[in-house]
Amino acid sequence: MSVNYGSKRIVVGAHYGLRDWLSQRITAALMVLFTLLVLVQVLFTRGPIGYETWAGIFAAQWMKVLTFSVIIALAWHVWVGMRDIWMDYIKPVSIRLSLQVFTIVWLVGCAGWAIQVLWRL
Amino acid sequence: MTDLAKASRPQRPEFRNINALKDLPTYRLPPAGWVSILHRVSGALMFLLLPFIIWLFDTSVSSEYSFARFTALFSAGVAGVPGWFFKLVALALIWAYLHHIIAGLRHLWMDVAHAVSKEFGRSSAIVTLVLSLGLTAVLGAKLFGLY
Repeated sequence: MSVNYGSKRIVVGAHYGLRDWLSQRITAALMVLFTLLVLVQVLFTRGPIGYETWAGIFAAQWMKVLTFSVIIALAWHVWVGMRDIWMDYIKPVSIRLSLQVFTIVWLVGCAGWAIQVLWRL
Repeated sequence: MTDLAKASRPQRPEFRNINALKDLPTYRLPPAGWVSILHRVSGALMFLLLPFIIWLFDTSVSSEYSFARFTALFSAGVAGVPGWFFKLVALALIWAYLHHIIAGLRHLWMDVAHAVSKEFGRSSAIVTLVLSLGLTAVLGAKLFGLY
């Protein structure tokens, strides 16, 4: 049988928190790159930014796919963060569970709306 | 009886369970503590304002007509709420985003570089606060048409 304690302990997939920690950082890095990408396109526009320029940034199919991933990454990232806040400050289990359910509904709803906006462009 | 056991020694504050009303006003946080709690505050703020952010994305990107409504929001306002109010909300979001992204990059840097000394914690926290507030001031001045 394989050793699963001490320095050989398997810490992935066993809810030790590594997955949350890592996913929060990876999703954050993706959002930073996305921010830079949009920012560069805005900054390199000459003159005032009208509707054509702004909507044009999100018009290309690859940009829609990327924005879609960023929306999912954002929802995931916010879930980890808000769950941390509820776990730290809200002690009664019933209230905490209610707030966590609210967070999920809120995030899934917002993600759905954002994706709808994105793909009817 | 030694000096240490005398009852006349000044009382040092003890924080066991921090009471939000009694303890927080006198609780002195180091710069890293401010960065940390503001990271949470800014994240929670953006979480709560997510529908507003998506509404801004929706109106700004959907059509020529809705784009006009988007820009009018910040000048004429909507439904009796003046435009400056929405500018103020936008400014709060700008600060929240800047603080969250800079404090987040600080976290990432600490993770990657193992930069966990007390000195780096303090100096990078000060850099985070100065950068986020400074950039917020610059962008806020632009938002309110000061330049």
